[in-house]
Amino acid sequence: MTDTVIAITLLWIFVIIYSVAASFDFGAGFWSMVYLNHKQTKATSIANRYLSPSWEVTNVFIVLIVVGLVSFFPGATYKLGTVLLLPGSLVVLLILLRSAFMIFSHLVNKYDKALNIVSGVTGLIVPALLISVLPITQGGFIETADGAERLLLGDLILSPHGLSYIGLAVSSTLFLSSLLLADYSFVANEQRAFAVYRRDAMLLGPLTLLMAVLTFVTMEHAAPWLYDNLWRYLPWLIASAGCFFIGYTALLLPQQKRFLVHLPRIAVISIVVQYLLASYAYGAAHLPYIVYPDVTIESGFTHPNTFRALFASYLVGFAILTPGFLYFWRLFMTDNRYLRQ
Amino acid sequence: MDDLLLARSLFGTTMAFHIIFATLGVGLPLMILIAELLFQRTKDRDYALMAKRWTKGQAILLGVGIPTGTIAGVQLSLLWPGFMEVVGKVISLPFQIEIFAFFLEALFMSIYVYAADRLSPRMRIVSVLLVLLGATASAVLITNVHAFEGTPAGFRIENGRIVDVDPWAAFFNPSFFVTAGHVTVSAYMTGAFAIASVAAYKMLKEKAAGRAYQFHQKALLMGLIVGGTFSLLTALNGHESAQYLHRYQPEKLAAAEGLFETQPYAPLVIGGFTDPETREVKYGLEIPWLLSFLAGNRFDEVVVGLNDFPQEFWPPLFVHTLFNAMVGIGCLLILVGFVGFAWKKMLKRDRFPRWAMWLFAASGPLAMLGIEFGWIFACTGRQPWVIYRTMLTADAATKSEGLGLLFVLFTGIYVLLGAATVLVFRSYFRRHPLPLDNPTGEASNNP
Repeated sequence: MTDTVIAITLLWIFVIIYSVAASFDFGAGFWSMVYLNHKQTKATSIANRYLSPSWEVTNVFIVLIVVGLVSFFPGATYKLGTVLLLPGSLVVLLILLRSAFMIFSHLVNKYDKALNIVSGVTGLIVPALLISVLPITQGGFIETADGAERLLLGDLILSPHGLSYIGLAVSSTLFLSSLLLADYSFVANEQRAFAVYRRDAMLLGPLTLLMAVLTFVTMEHAAPWLYDNLWRYLPWLIASAGCFFIGYTALLLPQQKRFLVHLPRIAVISIVVQYLLASYAYGAAHLPYIVYPDVTIESGFTHPNTFRALFASYLVGFAILTPGFLYFWRLFMTDNRYLRQ
Repeated sequence: MDDLLLARSLFGTTMAFHIIFATLGVGLPLMILIAELLFQRTKDRDYALMAKRWTKGQAILLGVGIPTGTIAGVQLSLLWPGFMEVVGKVISLPFQIEIFAFFLEALFMSIYVYAADRLSPRMRIVSVLLVLLGATASAVLITNVHAFEGTPAGFRIENGRIVDVDPWAAFFNPSFFVTAGHVTVSAYMTGAFAIASVAAYKMLKEKAAGRAYQFHQKALLMGLIVGGTFSLLTALNGHESAQYLHRYQPEKLAAAEGLFETQPYAPLVIGGFTDPETREVKYGLEIPWLLSFLAGNRFDEVVVGLNDFPQEFWPPLFVHTLFNAMVGIGCLLILVGFVGFAWKKMLKRDRFPRWAMWLFAASGPLAMLGIEFGWIFACTGRQPWVIYRTMLTADAATKSEGLGLLFVLFTGIYVLLGAATVLVFRSYFRRHPLPLDNPTGEASNNP
């Protein structure tokens, strides 16, 4: 592996981790809003119990991605920074509103409802905006006038390809989060919340698959180069679809059964693997371009000396932080005292 | 307004808003740690209660501080793509390491806040210590990039290409330690005075010398002693910072002091306004020889004046006022800390006089003003450069349009959130008054 491939792989891993973690996070905010008036199911309190400790950590990943892009591919930063001014600013503004109001609503119960709505609505808009980065990097939505680059945001949002991406983002956010919350409430022994989230996941699963297919089909016209490349990764896509069926079946089976672990956990794991495989295929097909057709991983790459120093800092940093993460995981995700409080 | 000024205003507004939360986010964990340690040592439950209440305050501040920090990070790339291209190639290390520090802080803050009741006393102290370490390291590393902008090192630009990159030389650029030290100790100072302010204000409102009064008095004394100590350190370090300017960025020092003629035995001018027409400071108080001595530890030190530089490379001259305001506030705060300490420990008086209480109550907002003036001075005084004598701010800015709309949007949200933060503070602490009769903790255990 060359340095550039290592760098883009690391960056893509961050993007995928963030997408999955943020889907859980944003989706949980949405569900917490939807089930606000169903006190008896405890669905909202389950969503909030997951959200409280996790959003800060998720938030850090945004910075990790931006810094990763800047430090590994400064050449791409220039172009992306210029064209993403508007959507990027909107995303961070909404995230600011959401995080602040989430913290506030925990402390001041008086405005609970209004605050929950802010967190729920932004939970859907942010993923829709974030995913627009993908079609932008595929080319065709950037115009150059007077030496300055400009994003054709209207064209992007109204194109069938842009729309199917947005549909994919929103449905995936809801699917992944309802799935995780189903597992979470199963572990916490909240039967009614579990039933609610399992039903949501069962409804949303096929919808995400449909959106993924739509995105792929519309790509043929919007970004033929990527479409052709993706065909070369057909086995990965088929494996990804296979994981979907395993996960979805685990959801449909009677839930008293166990195969090594409880069924909802199997569903979560298979669906996450499904997204990983699809993301790998997409990322690999996208190479060598970061922003088609101007910026490749070679042309945008940082100085080799800087890359080596960065790489060393990653190794040291993660070596130091991993115990912290494990401790965190034990305290909030597996400690029954917290889950069943 | 032209686009460059808009971009600077937008980013400046973000930073001005963010540093309020960032500074307190570095300063408060120190106070929480000290309170936890005092509790373990004295077994006085008041200190445990302080730690608990300050942690709530910290949690509210983090709710705004973390996302505004994220905004600042993203806006760097969106507004200054030209600058970030150089940053990516040369000085990305501190940004990278800062993320790990940030992770450390966020992880252990979550653990400390949401799992406090499940932690042993030792683990609680370790958690706060790691929060403090993470917060301080974040501040130091971000300041590292700021220091690099003033004293760039570790690369050369040859025909528009960046060559000879040495990321560690860029990291350990000449002004790194002194600048980072300044930011750190001044943040500790501000956190401590913020605590002192609240305590003094509460004492002014409490009439009788009851339990609540005693509680606040302990907090006040702690805030004054810690704040006074760090204000002294800030001043000592500030003196060194000024000497670094003398060596590395003479036009910035010249603008800060309103000095036009290059001269030995240069006078220090306090106050007044710099007039670019007559090239002098009007209505200022002039102390002969002092500037030379401060800049180089000797009276015949030659201090370079603005006349030696082409006017297009002068920093804006109003930085003289910002610089004076920052130094003035710093000196006043040393006095505040000393008055509090002397009255209590040397004169052994029980109660502070009323004028002193109002002074204490003002110390937190004053410290924060000092921080704001200091940052505006540090960044405006570097203009027109974004990287000193290497890259002009104008060349780094985005060429996109629509900045006016974004400026209005962001400023509006900051105003809204600032107001919401104040409301949440008031409403939370009003509904959770000091539970002094029931010293085991607050009625509600919800975070």
